[in-house]
Amino acid sequence: MQSSIINADTSKPFGRKFSNTLYRKNNLFLFLLLTPPLLWFGVVYLGSLFALLWQSFYTFDSFSMAVSNDLTLENYRSLFDATNFDIILRTLSMAVAVTLATALIGFPIAYYMTRYGSRAEKGFFYIAVMLPMWASYIVKTYAWTVILSQQGILYWCINHLGLHNALNHVLQIPAIGGNTLATSNLGRFIVFTYIWLPFMILPIQAALERVPTNLLQASADLGAKPAQTFRRVLLPLVFPGVVAGSIFTFSLTLGDYIIPQLIGPSGLYIGTMVYTMQGSVGNMPLAAAFTVVPITLIFIYLSLAKRTGAFDAL
Amino acid sequence: MLFKNKQNQPSAPIWLKTLAYGGLVFLHFPIVVIVINAFLASDGSHTHFTLHWFHVAFAREDVMSAIALSLKVAAFATSLAIIMGTMTAAALYRRNFFGKEAITTMLILPIALPGIITGIALLSAMNILDITPGFLTIVVSHATFCVVMIYNNVVARFRRMPHNLIEASMDLGADGFTTFRFIILPQLATALLAGALLAFALSFDELIVTIFTAGHEITLPIWLLNQLSRPRDAAITNVVAMMVMLVTAIPIIAAYYLTRGTESIAGSSR
Repeated sequence: MQSSIINADTSKPFGRKFSNTLYRKNNLFLFLLLTPPLLWFGVVYLGSLFALLWQSFYTFDSFSMAVSNDLTLENYRSLFDATNFDIILRTLSMAVAVTLATALIGFPIAYYMTRYGSRAEKGFFYIAVMLPMWASYIVKTYAWTVILSQQGILYWCINHLGLHNALNHVLQIPAIGGNTLATSNLGRFIVFTYIWLPFMILPIQAALERVPTNLLQASADLGAKPAQTFRRVLLPLVFPGVVAGSIFTFSLTLGDYIIPQLIGPSGLYIGTMVYTMQGSVGNMPLAAAFTVVPITLIFIYLSLAKRTGAFDAL
Repeated sequence: MLFKNKQNQPSAPIWLKTLAYGGLVFLHFPIVVIVINAFLASDGSHTHFTLHWFHVAFAREDVMSAIALSLKVAAFATSLAIIMGTMTAAALYRRNFFGKEAITTMLILPIALPGIITGIALLSAMNILDITPGFLTIVVSHATFCVVMIYNNVVARFRRMPHNLIEASMDLGADGFTTFRFIILPQLATALLAGALLAFALSFDELIVTIFTAGHEITLPIWLLNQLSRPRDAAITNVVAMMVMLVTAIPIIAAYYLTRGTESIAGSSR
């Protein structure tokens, strides 16, 4: 003990010198701290993304099933072929529908817990939203395959309530129907909505948390009906939160390839298309070109979202 | 009702309360189905409550090795993410410099872009570099999206930490390393733990990226996915599915209590 103190006074040990240098040379310290993560993200992650983009210009010979390094724009042109463009539109409309549905279902939950929940109730709601959000994705999807199956609980309820005919009518509607619930677009829509719902609730809740209650009271004092207060005061203030949530629901639906495989009709989605192209077909260039679609859509979406101030609501 | 009303607050309109609690029921209904299914065994004529399938599941080689692999991957990925996330947070919380926004955007990208893009990008890089997918590549891919979990939690804590604590420590003769050990680390501890728990949970049930980077390795979520095409094994699948739920629920609740009362909402961005 004694010796170490003397030692520190006479000749400075290396550790002390080094930490002094770091303290004085702020930028060197910053540089040293940032080098490992930047190398990782800059080289491993961004490098991979660019490798992927680069491959989208390669040529795929459909006769020999081989990829060659001749650069071409053919993959991008074929995105606009009827079948491929159909896949993009199908995925996009599902993403929009799911985003709207989660906002409609999520808003009342977020509003109730923020405005009327006591401390304990708020905590309860918070945990009750977090748990399903973090529960295993594949387990939740599996649960829905069990629920929607024809021996499942939903069919059992519908049959017992005598709603069998009503269900058949719904399933006959083109674009949302199918043979059974599990193979219909409606079923797929329900599962997507369920899985991404918590991602919508939390940002809305955070945005609502920041709205002072007296603004709403002032609006009521000035003679606004509840609906007017909602439309003129609350919604404009909370909208960035809704947009922030929609970033998640939109982006996650666009890229998903497990749910479209397991639930709903057989038509391909962007995700399933990419998966089959790179896997069983081996057409990596087209798969890569297809991934550019969600990337582009999400970047457009993000830049629109940035204008509403959604990033401050995250 | 279970909860007391807020002071000076009108109580909620009944339709709103119904919608809110109805939403919670919708969120938990599939989870309840899985839990009930795990305990039920049907022998054709009637269904009864049993623990039998738990024994069977634990005796299965493939189940145990999938669990072990997922735990190992999560542990390694979380450790790597802790180091990188903390370093980034320490570098960014008080400094402003050109390109700072770009760095934070880059950290968020792996969770903002759909998983299939991250997965296929890493796979194509592996193909170019001739790396065989396996344990290491899974860890690398998981660490990539776990960094932001740690960063978010730690940077929020750093911002709330009074800087004069650090200056006082140095005035009293501590060098940077001592200050880090005795002043900074204890302050960060709960935020680090919360971030680590979330990162662990995230890695433990990641499927979308893992499918691309796993090669022939079978993590627990991949095992579950494979089980979906084996309906005759449903009893085992139900039991394992329920255990996965439980394993991920514990860290989430723990992380919530660790960061409660701070401004950072743990896991608010996944």
